[in-house]
Amino acid sequence: MIAELGHFALALALPVALVQTVLPLVGAHRRDPVWMGTARPITLVLLALVGTSFAALTHAYVTSDFSLLNVAMNSHSDKPMLYKVSGVWGNHEGSMLFWVLTLAVFGAAVALFGRNLPPTLRARVIGVQGTISLGFLSFILLTSNPFERLDPIPANGQGLNPLLQDPGLAFHPPFLYLGYVGFSVAFSFAMAALIEGRVDAAWARWVRPWTLAAWAFLTVGIALGSWWAYYELGWGGWWYWDPVENASFLPWLAGTALLHSAIVVEKRNALKGWTIFLAIIAFGMSLLGTFLVRSGVLTSVHAFATDPERGVFILLLLMLYVGGAFAFFAMRGPTLKAGSLFRPVSREGSLLLNNLIMTVAAAVVLLGTLYPLFLDAVGGGKVSVGPPFFNAVFIPLMIPMVIVMAIGPYMSWKRGEAKRTLPKLWPSLVGAVAMAVVTVVFKGADQPLAIVGMALAGWLFGGTVAEVADRIGLFRVSGGETLKRLVRMPRAAWGMTVAHIGLAVLIVGITGSSAWKLEKIQVMKPGEIVTVAGYDYKFLGARNAKGPNYMYTEGTFTVLEDGRELVTLKPEKRVYPAEGRPSTEAAIHTMFLGDLYAVIGEPDKGGGFVTRLYFNPLVAWIWLGSTLLVVGGMVSLTDRRLRVGAPKKTLKAGA
Amino acid sequence: MKRKHKRLTFVLVALALLGSAVGLMLFAFEENIVFFYGPSDVLEKAPPEGKRLRMGGLVEKGTIQKVEGSSVVKFAITDINASVPVTYDGILPDLFREEQGVVAEGHMENGVFVADEVLAKHDENYMPPEVADALKKSGQWQHMQDAMEESGQLQAKE
Repeated sequence: MIAELGHFALALALPVALVQTVLPLVGAHRRDPVWMGTARPITLVLLALVGTSFAALTHAYVTSDFSLLNVAMNSHSDKPMLYKVSGVWGNHEGSMLFWVLTLAVFGAAVALFGRNLPPTLRARVIGVQGTISLGFLSFILLTSNPFERLDPIPANGQGLNPLLQDPGLAFHPPFLYLGYVGFSVAFSFAMAALIEGRVDAAWARWVRPWTLAAWAFLTVGIALGSWWAYYELGWGGWWYWDPVENASFLPWLAGTALLHSAIVVEKRNALKGWTIFLAIIAFGMSLLGTFLVRSGVLTSVHAFATDPERGVFILLLLMLYVGGAFAFFAMRGPTLKAGSLFRPVSREGSLLLNNLIMTVAAAVVLLGTLYPLFLDAVGGGKVSVGPPFFNAVFIPLMIPMVIVMAIGPYMSWKRGEAKRTLPKLWPSLVGAVAMAVVTVVFKGADQPLAIVGMALAGWLFGGTVAEVADRIGLFRVSGGETLKRLVRMPRAAWGMTVAHIGLAVLIVGITGSSAWKLEKIQVMKPGEIVTVAGYDYKFLGARNAKGPNYMYTEGTFTVLEDGRELVTLKPEKRVYPAEGRPSTEAAIHTMFLGDLYAVIGEPDKGGGFVTRLYFNPLVAWIWLGSTLLVVGGMVSLTDRRLRVGAPKKTLKAGA
Repeated sequence: MKRKHKRLTFVLVALALLGSAVGLMLFAFEENIVFFYGPSDVLEKAPPEGKRLRMGGLVEKGTIQKVEGSSVVKFAITDINASVPVTYDGILPDLFREEQGVVAEGHMENGVFVADEVLAKHDENYMPPEVADALKKSGQWQHMQDAMEESGQLQAKE
């Protein structure tokens, strides 16, 4: 009964989305306040309907209602409650419903928080959001209905893929989707601005917080997925340049570029067309990501059961929205008023250069991801494009970007002077040289790329910290004045500082874990010792035991450092009887300079076990750096300038 | 600086960036693209020894053999028509099983495929498209599909 209610609410949401598209857009065109006024209540109605639908599906999962095909296929009554709930979005139908729910939440948020938006702009933004809801609601109802009933009702469900029964992955898709769908708001603002024919500083101020929030969510989602891959798949790595990983990375690259170009629109009223273009690209990449993951056109280690028919539908939606948006952009773009001018050597110039590099990097990753598909389509044979390709192309592009990242913040807007900026770069240089020297002393000079990576991190860190010192006039003005400037420093500036330091930390982690990873695979008998990176892994044996909904073999290792006992690692190999498949649980001990990482495999006839032991250097820095990126985004989000409704106060405060 | 100049600088920088990116890509494509072969292709075309390639198919029944005292595993990948022996030193993925679709990456050495990576999928109902194609090409797809449906690996489609 509750499931039917959910189904009904979902079906009802479709015409409501149609109303949300038509009334506000037509109303704004006719400048009819009554029609435009419908925008707000309609978004709330849509949210209520989609929310009801989602709650009904969650109810079915929680109560293990196996009369629903979707629940029977993806859940099991023995599953812990957390995974019953996360099972709702752990499958295709449920995840698409979650996608639409997120869209409805963002639509309602624009309606609620956008009180200060000019009424026509608000109506148009909500109208464009409505068109997206319309497309995805029809997609769910026509191809992926989660409320399909099953007769006869099975005694129990098929269970959830054990790899997905994991806290990291339980929350990975929601964050990813909050990011993907968050860019729809930037997209809707871009379309609305094109309809209005006006892009100005106020517009950028409204767009930025949404983009920032979406970007932060996406960063969390990607980091969670990467973390999961690191500890759950038991291969000791955290990024594989796999198509599905790239699918989440592409919108992140475009979103990062958008975030920075919106600053230029806000501060300098320049780069307007470019910003609109990026907003379309960012959301287009999100749709493409959804398409790649859901259609299964690409071979991926992450590809879960897929269905080509659905892929075609999403591809059509993708072409409709992105193609339509570009056509509209081409039509209306030239009518936008030209922005202000700036010299190539200026803050705008540096932001634009990094924007271009980001976009080119995104294009390269996109081409590498789609190339196998393209070659196959023209009959050129089956190929795979793997990590070596992406590393060879992506890393050289990132080097100039990081160099410019440390320089840009020192330059003045409009026209910067190399003569005044260059002397300020000595802290960056010191940082770079220091890191390079430390690397060579401790690790030797046999990996030039690792030295470059470490030096870049030092360059960025030195430059970012010194920029704060420069901003607050450290040692140039009196201590009291310095303190006053420090307190008055805008939150957005703090956000930049934290996020840029986060990237420096991330670069250290990426460089270290790629360059100096150590791996040993062997058969070990109880009592045997294997040494990895100076740590002695002593295998004590294995035992069999039973978990809540699985059986497992648990190996025990004691790790000794210089003969002293450091830690005990207990990796598991699990078998889930309901799903009839195994999963690997790596045991990880995280330290400042590296992770000890142990995996246990199959038993050997002689009483030993196949074991895989790693030393993964600096991996903790990757998670720390990602966290700082997100914290930076959050801090920036609290800047009062970005709180719609607060700009007047800022003016009064004389900032 | 005039608007025209600004635009020109912008376009030139963008072109330079794109140009270097294209250069990088062409270079990287040459070096780093790995071609996919089915077992029949490997036997017919005999790719040069040492050349990196991917081979996909099904793990042939009854061929999985552990070399005792080491972590080396031997098995054969088949598309029913042809079968190529594989050796792999490492821990096989969780979903690696007999008659399961699998993709291995490595090179040929004296008629044996030396894999340094073996990929099975996270989802057992899923067949890598390359593997499906290799099987279709060998004319054994229908046969395989029936076998997989029987063993419950592939769900029957109406």
